[in-house]
Amino acid sequence: MSMVLFDVPGPKARARHKVMAVIGIAAVLAAVAYVIMRFIATDQFSTRRLDWINYKQIQISLVEAIGNTLSAFAVGAVLALVFGAIFAAARLSDHAWVRAPAAVVVEVFRAIPLVIMMFFFYYGLPVAGVKLSAFTAVVLSLMLYNGSVLAEIFRAGINSLPKGQSEAAYALGMRKTQVMTLVLLPQALRAMMPTIISQLVVLLKDTALGFLITFEELLRWGTRIGGDAVSFGRPMISVMIVVAAIYIGLCLLLTWLANYLEKRNRRNKKVVKLDGDRPNQVQLAESSAVLGSGSTL
Amino acid sequence: MSVLTNNLDLFLRAFAQTLQLFAISAVLSLVLGTFLAALRVSPVPVFRGIGTLYVTVLRNTPLTLVFVFFLFAYPLLEIVKIEPYTAAVVSLSLYTAAFVCEVVRSGINTVPVGQAEASRALGLTFVQMLGNVVLPQALRSVVPPMTSTMIALLKNTTVASGFAVFQAGTIRDSLSEQGENVLLGLLWVAIGFVVLVMPLTYVQQVFEKRWSVAR
Repeated sequence: MSMVLFDVPGPKARARHKVMAVIGIAAVLAAVAYVIMRFIATDQFSTRRLDWINYKQIQISLVEAIGNTLSAFAVGAVLALVFGAIFAAARLSDHAWVRAPAAVVVEVFRAIPLVIMMFFFYYGLPVAGVKLSAFTAVVLSLMLYNGSVLAEIFRAGINSLPKGQSEAAYALGMRKTQVMTLVLLPQALRAMMPTIISQLVVLLKDTALGFLITFEELLRWGTRIGGDAVSFGRPMISVMIVVAAIYIGLCLLLTWLANYLEKRNRRNKKVVKLDGDRPNQVQLAESSAVLGSGSTL
Repeated sequence: MSVLTNNLDLFLRAFAQTLQLFAISAVLSLVLGTFLAALRVSPVPVFRGIGTLYVTVLRNTPLTLVFVFFLFAYPLLEIVKIEPYTAAVVSLSLYTAAFVCEVVRSGINTVPVGQAEASRALGLTFVQMLGNVVLPQALRSVVPPMTSTMIALLKNTTVASGFAVFQAGTIRDSLSEQGENVLLGLLWVAIGFVVLVMPLTYVQQVFEKRWSVAR
């Protein structure tokens, strides 16, 4: 947080800030208190509604559900990274006949909602006689969508490098593949690592869309247990709080990894220092890539 | 082709509903997101904390989970009964606001330091400085990333399919009820989204090019 937008507060401003802080805290507390009051009024945390935690069967199914979410994430992430690498390479190709189709594929898959893709694979393809499991449908959709986004991230990363890098490499007599793998990729990957990881966070969150096509992941587990009116009296609230905490925990873990890598990256002396007006441009390209990917939600 | 022409009315109604859902959520999330961004850069630490907490929680929660909360869990609290459509708008707005906030905040960071300093020297208050000097300049550089956030919102409206809210994502349900070819129907839905998103992407790229040169 920079202090750019305001001066260091003096005694008057500090007093004013304290008053505003009290008002702010009071407003938030009031909202929270109201929600908790509703929780109590509708008896969301009665022993009957919290009873599900004690069942071994349910605990095991929770672990299985988390396992399903994580395996969809892991397989989807690996496939998306491979897909992204291939299509980024294709889009950076010197040959127009490779570049053009790759560009079309990437742009189209970025434009189609993930939900529609999952529906297509799960409900659409059986019409043509191809039956896919929910897991396969989820993983394929995640691969196509996030792979396309990652392809754009990789491309932005390589394009953000100073031209001198590839020119120098060519001047040394390297071939195209050598320039890419030995000079450009290592630098681009380092610069793009935080963006890639934040896209992987998006991918992790998107596995929850499997809920819509009956993929047995964490959220589906939550609605199943939470909707159980017979044995637990619909403990939806308590179950959803647990599910949300797990999702947030997993995502924060990944985000933390991204921040850690960024910090380590900043210390790294191998990162090229760009001169003159370049940093601005690179930063812009980078930040737009960051935002572009982060905002794919 | 016959799937589309036979059900043209269904497709048009569904996509109109998608656009309506998108438009309402877009306006709400832009307003809330800008407000949150103002909180996040405000001089009062508590406000910054509230803004950061909101963004951290919402950004790390799957949108589907937000939907589940507002459609399945919220009614159990018996506060105010809301329609599934309203619940979808609320979920989409709250979720997207966190991303809008981050975009606006990064836009504020691109405004040169001198602007804020000069406003302070002129004696503008924080709200005046933000509203009259910094935000108008920030919004300029924010258009490209904001467009992609809005594109994402447009696509995210389809998540409502799982919650009985009629829009483009539920065309499949109606088609399979009528025994139509779902595969082709979904292809047409996908094409519909490509047609909606492509112009936006194009506009975004144009702005990005123009303004990256200007700076």
